[in-house]
Amino acid sequence: MAKLKINGKIVDIDADDSTPLLWVLREQLGMTGTKYSCGIGICGACTVHINGEAVRSCVVPVSSLDSSQAITTIEGLSTDNSHPLQQAWKELDVPQCGYCQPGMIMTAAVLLNNKPNPTDEDIDAGVTNICRCGTFKRVRQGIHLAADISKRGRS
Amino acid sequence: MKKNRINVSRREFLISSSQLGAGFTLGLYLPNAAFGKTVQQGAAEESATEVPEVNAWVVIEPDDTVIIRIARSEMGQGTLTGLAQMVAEELECDWSKVTTEYPTPGQNLARDRVWRSFSTGGSRGIRDSHSYVRKGGAVARYLLVEAAAEQWGVPMSECRAASSVITHVPSGRKTTYGKVAAAAAESIPPDEVTLKDPKDWKLIGKPVKRLDTDDKLNGKQVFGADLSLPGMLNAAIKACPVFGGKLKSFDAAKVSKLPGVRTVVAVEDNAVAVVAETWWQAKTALDALPISWDEGENATVSTASIEQMLDEGLTSSDRVFVGNENGDVKKSLPAAMKTVEATYRYPFQNHATMEPMNATARWTEQRCEVWCPTQNGAAALDAAAEAAGLPVEKCEVYKIHLGGGFGRRGSFHDFVKQAVAIAKQMPGIPVKLLWSREEDMAHGHYHPITKCKLVGGLDEKGNLSSLHVRISGQSILASVRPKSMKNGVDMAIFQGFRADGDHAISYSVPNLLVEHAMRNPPVPPGFWRGVNINQNAIYLECFVDELAHAAGRDPLEFRRALMSSHPKSLAVLNAVAEKAGWGKPAAGGVHRGLAVVKTFGSYVAACAEVSVDSNGKLKIHRIVAATDPGYAVNPQQIEAQVSGSFVYGLSALLYGECTIKGGAVEQTNFHDYPSMLIKEMPEVETIVMPSGGFWGGIGEPTIAVAAPAVLNAIFAATGKRIRQIPLKNIDLRSA
Ligand code: FES
Ligand code: FES
Repeated sequence: MAKLKINGKIVDIDADDSTPLLWVLREQLGMTGTKYSCGIGICGACTVHINGEAVRSCVVPVSSLDSSQAITTIEGLSTDNSHPLQQAWKELDVPQCGYCQPGMIMTAAVLLNNKPNPTDEDIDAGVTNICRCGTFKRVRQGIHLAADISKRGRS
Repeated sequence: MKKNRINVSRREFLISSSQLGAGFTLGLYLPNAAFGKTVQQGAAEESATEVPEVNAWVVIEPDDTVIIRIARSEMGQGTLTGLAQMVAEELECDWSKVTTEYPTPGQNLARDRVWRSFSTGGSRGIRDSHSYVRKGGAVARYLLVEAAAEQWGVPMSECRAASSVITHVPSGRKTTYGKVAAAAAESIPPDEVTLKDPKDWKLIGKPVKRLDTDDKLNGKQVFGADLSLPGMLNAAIKACPVFGGKLKSFDAAKVSKLPGVRTVVAVEDNAVAVVAETWWQAKTALDALPISWDEGENATVSTASIEQMLDEGLTSSDRVFVGNENGDVKKSLPAAMKTVEATYRYPFQNHATMEPMNATARWTEQRCEVWCPTQNGAAALDAAAEAAGLPVEKCEVYKIHLGGGFGRRGSFHDFVKQAVAIAKQMPGIPVKLLWSREEDMAHGHYHPITKCKLVGGLDEKGNLSSLHVRISGQSILASVRPKSMKNGVDMAIFQGFRADGDHAISYSVPNLLVEHAMRNPPVPPGFWRGVNINQNAIYLECFVDELAHAAGRDPLEFRRALMSSHPKSLAVLNAVAEKAGWGKPAAGGVHRGLAVVKTFGSYVAACAEVSVDSNGKLKIHRIVAATDPGYAVNPQQIEAQVSGSFVYGLSALLYGECTIKGGAVEQTNFHDYPSMLIKEMPEVETIVMPSGGFWGGIGEPTIAVAAPAVLNAIFAATGKRIRQIPLKNIDLRSA
C-alpha cells in the first residue's frame, strides 16, 4: 500500500500502479474538487500542486509518487476561501459553471508564487487551462487583483 | 384567510445548492426504509427543519433566511441569481439572506406544474418566466404582510414591507418575515397581485453578486460527475462510433477478472458498459474489452459525401422551403446594376462542455431515481421513465449543477437513458455513468452543418435592391422535434432572417427571398449555444460587408441605409461603432469589422479589431459589443455572459470543426478539437443598453456577432474573404 502526502496529511492508498493521481484523489479519497475533463493533460481541470509545481494529475500515475512529495489540492489551498485568489475570484464573480475553476485557481496559485506581480504576458504564458464558459477576462482581472491583495497582506 | 392544504416540507427538497456542498462527502441521498421517498443524510439532514413554504416559490425560516425556489437550471449563465433577483424584488426581502433550491420535476408534476417550465435553453430562463416568477414573489409578500396585519389586528393597507421587515406605519410596530412566515403559510393566496412598475425596481437592474460562487472556489461544488452515493458503482461506456451502428458482440471474459470489475453489460442496442468499483477501473477494462460493431449503412459517410449533398441543395428545387420573402427577387436581381455572389459554409461542432455527460441512476421494479446535470429536469424525468419502463410518477430526477450545458444537456438525455438501462440490470444498486471525453466527442448532438449561397443586387446608387439567400443543409428540428415543424418546414433555420419576431432580419431589403433546401446527413444535430444564428450571422453579416465593398461604400454607412425601420438594431450598431472609433484611424496594422443581429429577442452588435502579420498570424485585439435586452436584470452577469460568449464563439471560429470519416467523428479530445486559451482572448468591452419595455435573452445573442465581426476585420486587414470556418484550416497571409 502506497503512502501519499496530501494537504499536509499522510494517507494510505490502495490503487493499481497505473491509476492516475486524479482518480486516486477523486475515487479513493473522495476529494472531488479536482476535476476530470480531458484525461490527457490538455485542459488543466485536474491541476494540483506537487512540491509547489502545477501538475495535471490525470497524467501522473500514482506509482510515480510517494510520501516525500507534498501534494496540494484545491481542498487544501485554504480552509476558508481566504487565499488571495479565492478572495479575488469572489470579489469579481469569476466562475460561471465553475467546473474548470479549481484547476484554474490552482494554476494561478503557482503563477503567483513564482511571479508575485505577473504581467499580462506572464498570465498568457502561465495559464493554459481551457474554460468553455469563457471566464478568461475575469480570470485575468482576478489574478491581478489577487496579486494586489497579497501585497496589501504583506505590507 | 386560512386555508387547508398540503404543504411541501423542506425535507422533501432534496437538492439545494447550499446543502449539497455541506453533505456530499457523506453520500447525500440514502433511500429510507420504505424506498418510496428519499431522505437527506448527514449534516444536511440535521439542518433541514420542517418549515412550511409561504408559497411554491418562497420558504422563510424563523431566522429570516429566504429560500427561493428556482425551476430553471444553473449551468454558469447566472440564471439562478437573476431569477432569485426577480422573486426577491417583489418579495421585498433582505437580499443578504437569500439562498436558492431546485424543486424536482416530480414535485412539479405532482403539484400541477406549479413551477411551470424547467427547460433552460434558448436564452429563455428569464424572458419566458419573468411575469410568473415575479408574481410568485409578490404573492408571498402579500401573504406575509397579511399575516402581520392579522396578528396586530390592523388593516393591511397600513403596513409596509422592506428588507424582510414589516412595519405598521401608524404605530411604528415592526416584525420580520421569519416571525410571520408560519402564519402566512396558512393563508389562501390572492389570485391577482399588482407587480411593481419597473421604475420602482431596486434589485432588478443591480449588478449584485452571484449566489453560487463560494463553493466554486474550493472544490465543494458538487457536479454530476462528483456525485457519490452509498454502495454506488461506476460505469464507463462505449457506443458504436458510427452513427446508427449497433453493438454486435463483446467478450466480457477478457476483462471480467480485471481489478474492480463487477459486470459488463449491453446498453440499449448500440453500446456496451463496464461497471466497476471505481470509474478508472471501469474505463481501464472498457479500453481492454474486445467489441465488434455492426456499423450499418452510414459506414461510408464522410465529410466529402456530406459536402456533395449540401452542394446539390444550393441549386436544387427539391425540398426547398421559403422562410422570408418580400418583393420579387427573381425579377429584380437580373435588373440590378451590379450583382455579387458568394457561397459560405459552417461545419459540425461539438458542445464540449467541460464536464462530460453523466448521470447516476438507481432502479428497482417500484421506483427509478436519477441524479444528473440537466438543462431540463422535466425532459430528464421523461427520459428516465421511458428507459425505466415505469410510470413517470414512480420516477424522480434530482438536478445537480452543470459543468456547462450550451444546449447539449437540454433536449438530449441519451446519457440518462443509458444510466437507467445499466442500473436496470443491477436492481437496487446506484450506478454512476460517466462518459470519457472521447465518448463525449464521438456522441455529441452537433452544431448543424450548412452551406449558404447568397446573391445580392445593387442599384445605381449602390443600395441593396435585392437579396437571394439559399441555405442548404441540416435541420435540427427535423431530427429533434419533428412535431414542431409545420408542413415539413423548419422555421428555426431562418434565425436572423425572419420577417419579424425574436429572430428578425435587421435590414429592409426591397426584394428578399430566403430559402432552405433541407439536407439531413446522418450525424445527429443539436441546439448549440446560439443555434442557427451562428452560421446565419456569418452568412448575412459577411455578405453585407462584401456588398458594401462591391458598392464602394463604408460598411457602417451601407448598413445604416438599410436600417431606418430597425431603430433598436441601428442603436446598438451605432453604439459599437462610436465606442470602437469606427472611421477614425486605428493603431498601426489594426483593422475593424462590424456585425449586427437581432436574435433571442435582443439586439446586439460588435466591432472587432484585428491584425494579421506577414506570416498570416491573426491577433484579435479588441471586441466592443453592445446589447439591448430590453430589461437588464443583472448588468455584471450580462457582461460575464457577453465576454464568455465570445470565448465560445471565437473558439468555434478559430478551431471548431468535427469532420466525418467512415460515418464517425474524427476528433477525439481537446488536442484535435481545441478551445481558445487566455492568451488568445481579446479585450472585450461590453455596452449594456437596455431600452426597456421587452425581455430579450442574454446567454446566446452576442455569440453570433463575434465571428462575422472578426471575419470582416480580417478582410479589412488582408483583402481576403474567408467564407468557411474554422480559421485553423486557412492561410491568412494577405491576398
Ligand atoms: S483532465 Fe487533466 S488536463 Fe484535462
Ligand atoms: S467556468 Fe465553466 S468551464 Fe470554466
